[in-house]
Amino acid sequence: MIARWGLRIVALGYLAMLLLVPVGMILYHTFKDGFAPFWDAITQPDALHALRLTIEIALIVVPLNTIFGIIIAIMLVRHRVPGATLISAVLALPFALSPVVVGLALILTYGQTGWFGADLAREGVTVIFSLPGMVLATMFVSLPFVAREVMPVLREVGEEQEQAAATLGAGAFTTFRRITLPAIRWGVVYGVILATARCIGEYGAVAVVSGNVIGSSETATVYVNRSYESFDKQGAYSVAVVLALVALATVLLMTLFKPRSEA
Amino acid sequence: MSQPAASAPRVRSLNPAAALPGLAAGTAVLYLSLVVLLPLAALVWQAQAGGWDGFLHAIRAPDVQAALKLSISVALIVVVVNSVFGTILAWVLVRDDFPGKSAVNAVVDLPFALPTIVVGVILLLLYGPSSPIGIDVAYTRKGIVLALMFETLPFVVRSVQPVLLELDREMEQAAASLGAAPLTVFRRIVLPNLLPAILSGGALAFAKALGEYGSVVLISGNVPFSTQVVPVLIRGRIESDDQAGAAAISLVLLGLALLILLGISLLQRWGTRHDR
Amino acid sequence: MYRIQLRTIALGLLAVAMLAAGCGGGSSSSGGGSSVRLVAYSTPADAYAELIKAFGQTSAGKGVSFSQSYGPSGSQSRAVDAGQPADFVHFALEPDVKRLVDDGKVSSSWDQNQYKGVLVDSVVSFVVRKGNPKGIHTWDDLLKPGIEVITPNPFTSGGARWNIMAAYGAQLKEGKTPAQAVQYLYQLFKHVPVQDGSASDALTTFTNGKGDVLLSYENEAIRAQQGGASVDYVIPDQTIKIETVAAVTKTAPPAAKKFLQYLYTPAAQKIWADNGYRPVVPGVTGKYQFPTPPQLFTIDDLGGWDKVMTDFFDPSKGIMAKVEQSIGVSTSS
Repeated sequence: MIARWGLRIVALGYLAMLLLVPVGMILYHTFKDGFAPFWDAITQPDALHALRLTIEIALIVVPLNTIFGIIIAIMLVRHRVPGATLISAVLALPFALSPVVVGLALILTYGQTGWFGADLAREGVTVIFSLPGMVLATMFVSLPFVAREVMPVLREVGEEQEQAAATLGAGAFTTFRRITLPAIRWGVVYGVILATARCIGEYGAVAVVSGNVIGSSETATVYVNRSYESFDKQGAYSVAVVLALVALATVLLMTLFKPRSEA
Repeated sequence: MSQPAASAPRVRSLNPAAALPGLAAGTAVLYLSLVVLLPLAALVWQAQAGGWDGFLHAIRAPDVQAALKLSISVALIVVVVNSVFGTILAWVLVRDDFPGKSAVNAVVDLPFALPTIVVGVILLLLYGPSSPIGIDVAYTRKGIVLALMFETLPFVVRSVQPVLLELDREMEQAAASLGAAPLTVFRRIVLPNLLPAILSGGALAFAKALGEYGSVVLISGNVPFSTQVVPVLIRGRIESDDQAGAAAISLVLLGLALLILLGISLLQRWGTRHDR
Repeated sequence: MYRIQLRTIALGLLAVAMLAAGCGGGSSSSGGGSSVRLVAYSTPADAYAELIKAFGQTSAGKGVSFSQSYGPSGSQSRAVDAGQPADFVHFALEPDVKRLVDDGKVSSSWDQNQYKGVLVDSVVSFVVRKGNPKGIHTWDDLLKPGIEVITPNPFTSGGARWNIMAAYGAQLKEGKTPAQAVQYLYQLFKHVPVQDGSASDALTTFTNGKGDVLLSYENEAIRAQQGGASVDYVIPDQTIKIETVAAVTKTAPPAAKKFLQYLYTPAAQKIWADNGYRPVVPGVTGKYQFPTPPQLFTIDDLGGWDKVMTDFFDPSKGIMAKVEQSIGVSTSS
């Protein structure tokens, strides 16, 4: 009995102190003078641009990573692919690799002095310092989520239904659309939620590839850092709170959907 | 597995439902190459552009050595602490029941969802020069440890939870009925089953701690030989246009990340072999 | 139970996207006007916020939109050199523009106006805690035991290079030989615990509580005080005149040239002055006093930037490269 309470207190106390107090702190700090300063800060043009850019990037990256994730999941689970171990390792890398290293790798490939630098410059395309670079960086870090959520579901669901469809003469895409996709849909949904949260929250890799252009080329996370360093604490905290609330919403959605994705 | 009906001429193969049009597969591989494989190759190439000597010279720089020592030691501390607390949390979440448990369970995922720079700003607010509780650990290692503890909290918890859930409690109950104290039961029966999960969660946490940037950069203050962690150092090299040096140090992190992932997959194989 | 279809989720996402697009406010380029991409060193963001607004109210500036980028002068210059789009550049020192001239991005006649390309001035000053508790007034005070000096990394920050040349030149003004002046630099950097990337970052470090004195532009000290930081500043008797320079790139739209011309008008120079920068146009005063240090010198007194960049800031052979190595900090090689 004592042990149970002891454990509870230790666990919950640690959680509270480490997580809840800091998050509560910023909510208090941002809203302690009321809602107006917060609203004022996030409706600054630069802040709105930053939030909008973050959403735009997510709207590009998440669908692409979803399609890619589903294809890769099917490839790895339903087929024997040469290099499957390599692909699996590459899928796990974004979890273990520093975002700064990701940014550097992209600069070395697509930057002016990078592998494709001269070719891109000839075509007048800038990747690093502008939107394509930020999109690539965000793609890298959010790559695995949909694939990793779909793969276990694919395994569990098994191939019988798909094979049955085949024997009835269904084509590959029809089978995918009417059998596979509905079967994996909660894995996809859960993966999309995770990937979206990751896209919105990315900082390190995007900061490295995006240079310092404020106003039109700053994501929300980069905006938080810059305004913090420019003595605009209210601006930094306010956008940070918006991002934190998005994170909280994500966590809530994850809890709602998780049971279904494991059904 | 049913045999394809002999009189169905439109059957193409045993499992055409999963037949992936070559185009889709090719596109996926192209995507993977453009986004991940080519950039990593460019990184490796740049790191060895100055030959083995150039690479060693970049790695042996005194501030790099100091940063590596700092990052590794801090990551180890954090992983040990969060392995202990993580296991306790997982235990409480699986074996215990109390009102609000699902909320607590959800909150554990917060570090995964919060942007790292937001965490950094929050921590500096709470534990920096204008701290309302009088704790100022900006520009210190303690600050770095705090940031990393926050960021790596969920790893061991989420790694241990599913294993605990699946654990068959017969042995524990048998041991208890034979008079073993709860701690002994835990130590000799439960813990060995949890060990692979704890270690693989810890390994991933270690990798994350080594590479963490956004939450650490503000509170650490980037003081060479004191609070400069490897990712911040790399960023500094990039900004000073020393791409070769940055690539060399990054290669070390990449190598460590790959080793850790290899270790985790081995641990997971050990874990499944451990099942009765 | 409820069933949430994927279809619904997709529609929801679409709605969010449209909402976001709508909330984005005005687009970044207004119809009919041109846009100027401004790339500058790390400190003048606040000043430019005002200047851009004021410019927009002139006939030349109507409808012109700006994108702005601020960062350490050296890094920004290298970025533009490497392809970051820029129409108007304002850097902390002339070599950062010369790099672009050498690579054909800026015309070589950029400094042919009466101000030789210099847009605004400042001086190197000591930023200290309010009340100056450690009593720092001279360059020798910086070497007192236990004093921590904050100055940025000279291989990225323009302000850092001004700081170092101010320190070096001050020693010469005090009658020391060049060799002794270099020795002073070695001594000074033993007191430097951290070198941030930019002058602006160094100010943040200092106001976050690190260090006893910050070497920085006078305008940064003023900006810190404007921002509510509890700091004072001291202008040492011997210090260097900081001359920051501005230019337009060869591919810039006419609006960029007009903007540069605007920045030299008395009205614009007054805005600079009110932000703590020393105007170059004579007769312009603002709300701050800009005292003239008794032993002010310029970079030309030290041989000019070409010589100084080679002697001091060559990444492998320069004096500062050796100083950094002596304290174990790598320089870009």
